[in-house]
Amino acid sequence: MTITSAMNELDRRLLMDRSVSGRSAVTMPSSDVPEQPLPQESLLRDDLPLPEVSQLEVIRYFSLLSQLNFSIDTNFYPLGSCTMKYNPKINDAMASLPGFGSIHPNQPSEQVQGAVQLMYKLQESLGDLTGLPGVSLAPLAGAQGEYAGLLIARAFHASKGDSGRTVALIPDSAHGTNPASAAMAGLDVVTVPSDAQGNVDVNALQELADERTAVFMLTLPSTLGLFEPSILEITQIIHDAGGLVYADGANLNALLGMVKLGDLGFDICHSNLHKTFSTPHGGGGPGSGPVMVTEELSKFLPEPVAEKSGDIFTLAKPTNSVGKINGFHGSFGILVRAYTYIRAMGRDGLKAVAENAIINANYIQSQLKDRYDLAADRFCMHETVLSAARQKRRDVKGLDIAKRLLDHGIHAPTMYFPLIVEEALMVEPTETESKETLDRFIEVMRQIDDEVSEDPEAVRTAPHTLPVTRLDEATAARKPYLRWQG
Amino acid sequence: MVNTVDRSTGAKKGSGNPHPYVPATDADRAAMLEAIGVSSFEELIQDIPEKMRFPELDIAESAPELSLSADISAMAARNITPGDYACFLGAGAYRHFIPSTVNAVLQRGEFVTAYTPYQPEAAQGTLQTGFEFQSAICQLFDMEVANAGMYDGPTAFAEAVLMAIRLTHRNKVAVLETVDSRLVQVLRAYSVHQGIEIVSIAPDAAVSDDIACIAFQSPNLFGVIEDVGGLTGRAHAAGALSIVHANPTAHGLFQPPGKYGVDIVTAEGQPLGVPLSFGGAYVGLFACRQEHIRQLPGRIIGRTSDTEGRTGYVLTLQTREQHIRRERATSNICTSTQLIGLMVAVYVATLGKQGLSDVANLCYQKAHYAASEIAQIPGYSLPVSGTFFHEFAVTCPRPVADINAALLEKGIIGGYDISDRIANTMLLCVTEMNSRDEIDGLLMAFREIGGTA
Repeated sequence: MTITSAMNELDRRLLMDRSVSGRSAVTMPSSDVPEQPLPQESLLRDDLPLPEVSQLEVIRYFSLLSQLNFSIDTNFYPLGSCTMKYNPKINDAMASLPGFGSIHPNQPSEQVQGAVQLMYKLQESLGDLTGLPGVSLAPLAGAQGEYAGLLIARAFHASKGDSGRTVALIPDSAHGTNPASAAMAGLDVVTVPSDAQGNVDVNALQELADERTAVFMLTLPSTLGLFEPSILEITQIIHDAGGLVYADGANLNALLGMVKLGDLGFDICHSNLHKTFSTPHGGGGPGSGPVMVTEELSKFLPEPVAEKSGDIFTLAKPTNSVGKINGFHGSFGILVRAYTYIRAMGRDGLKAVAENAIINANYIQSQLKDRYDLAADRFCMHETVLSAARQKRRDVKGLDIAKRLLDHGIHAPTMYFPLIVEEALMVEPTETESKETLDRFIEVMRQIDDEVSEDPEAVRTAPHTLPVTRLDEATAARKPYLRWQG
Repeated sequence: MVNTVDRSTGAKKGSGNPHPYVPATDADRAAMLEAIGVSSFEELIQDIPEKMRFPELDIAESAPELSLSADISAMAARNITPGDYACFLGAGAYRHFIPSTVNAVLQRGEFVTAYTPYQPEAAQGTLQTGFEFQSAICQLFDMEVANAGMYDGPTAFAEAVLMAIRLTHRNKVAVLETVDSRLVQVLRAYSVHQGIEIVSIAPDAAVSDDIACIAFQSPNLFGVIEDVGGLTGRAHAAGALSIVHANPTAHGLFQPPGKYGVDIVTAEGQPLGVPLSFGGAYVGLFACRQEHIRQLPGRIIGRTSDTEGRTGYVLTLQTREQHIRRERATSNICTSTQLIGLMVAVYVATLGKQGLSDVANLCYQKAHYAASEIAQIPGYSLPVSGTFFHEFAVTCPRPVADINAALLEKGIIGGYDISDRIANTMLLCVTEMNSRDEIDGLLMAFREIGGTA
């Protein structure tokens, strides 16, 4: 590949190393006010060691770097649990309208009725889709939504004078953010085991749920891509013990129009708008993690919550709010994108999202299960967790297979998660990929399995065609080199 | 075209893909279901309780792009927009010039639609630009290390205080009373269940030697530069850390926090090339000493090499993070603000040494011009003394809400109401975006409004 060989020659020097004294990429106008005296010299900095480069160099540098990335726009990205679906371009266009992109967060609601109206309507849609009508859009990412949800659970118990509820029950298959958020909320984490089929072990849950249970945090579908068949029993067990049930909505894509979390007995959930609602992931954010609750819990929501009175929209603080969890009103630009997406999909379109996401995942699973072990041999929801245990017996790890996929222009699945599956490769195709793309992925995965037998070294040393080969992460952690050094 | 429309009814036939974002045709779906070995989709979701399957939704039908775009644009047009109006609002978010390079780079789908760089070989673009971001923050603040960004300024401030608690094993923190109360509110929400005592202190108050940190804002809520060196010295004398919540633009002109030995610097990164966007998405800046990196929250990008000896970048020190450490992680952060960090990196690269210095100087010049003129208008005064950068408090002859309403009539978005601190007082912000005409318009408006109480 010529591009690849060109990459090998790529000049990866940092901006400070390209800096030439006196060069600039922009000119600022001179002052148009009478000259004002500067403060005492000792307060002023004598050097501002920032890059001095031309405008073309800025553009070429960042453009070339962009080409070193895999992205949804350029590659199939079946990264499990991350819902790497197409990010519609109209979403970005709407978020950058001057009426949205240029308004100041300290402007009072009456000056920004269109913005608050959009927030109100998005709250309505998210409440409708989840069956949990109390909504705050404030959380800036999924983990912050989790934390907000846990603050709400704690505030609810405190309001009942029930101060002994200090335990968060969390399945062993949960995302790491669940226990981390629970710890931030001052809860003790107690792990709930999974049973042999990958479901929550209901008997164990029954044993663990008691008067200390503040909340049970459940990802639905689970991180194994499975819908809990005993979900109604599970929510009942927790409610009988006086606890609340929290849904980690990371996998909400599978449930749109299929079932509402509120109907299943969940009290609180969050949704990652950067997953289910198509807002771009940005290489690691910004995200948005609205929190949804039952009517009863809505008075505890973090501020602000958009309200409507007549034709007037306002941002309000709920009566018993858990408070302010970030500077302003949430990731507003992300909210515009998610709202645009929901309107573009419509009710039938959203149902088609879940339906096609589920079909796509099951199709991949059905075409690979003769070559790769399955974490659970049953129909999955929106993602399938494969295991490279068979390949490992031939001395090739899940990691190697993931890296080999990169050579085929396909992003790796999520590896080694959930933690309870040996050599896990979690594959989430999403609904936005065509059958042709899925067929190619299946073919490549089968080809790599052949290669594991025929030329394992090629897999173990992959990738071979990217700008870099495997990177030395151990040294990076042992001798941290975290900034430009002159 | 004719194939997709039923000629008898004019309706679209049902054989195509259900939506432009969902490519599977009926034929694709049928083929896949057959390969899976089921006769209907519903067989795949038998675990969902039957009586709850396929609930009714109130959401409207799909809107095609053409009408949707018009509809949402109409909502945006309902807002009063800075730019159409002169704007003197600051207080945590700032209107600055954003060079066209920033949006040009933000058009790169390779950056926008990538995930967190867990596969470094396929994400060198994200990783190297993140490393540029960390480097720029260190250079600007004269600090040893920076992380790859937090959600926003206030959450960065709260996480800095939590980090100081972990580092000192003390659970009492002193926060200067001159910080924006929203910073303290976020800190309270972040620490409410951690048994932490937050003490609000005057800038010159004595501190006990059982505190984890002195946390302050400079420029503070009133726009005034605090005695960063003095406060840092007092923190260190108490065996505590010094945490400053800074304004990045100010350090195009003023001494960087690192010069005073500050231990942790946080800031709202929005002023560095990020649109106001009604408060988000922004990026929190977070810098500290190298010796404290194991307690740093958030993502950190490090430089390393590949098996061929070529330079490359990776997410590093991940054992601090939730996906490894779970309930013992330094923070619960997962998805953060990488793309906003990229905007900052492009902004700093474009403005560079001269540009950022010019921006800071323009802010200073214009704000001081406005302040000195306002001080001479009968009925208005500047209630707070001290060196300021581009924000200052103005006490008005009437309630701030009245003044702002009158300003709005004249096409001016006025200041941020801080009457809860000082009666009838607003915080005004003047940046390079405010032309002399706008400033003079504000002065004239104040004169006119002032007399008509």
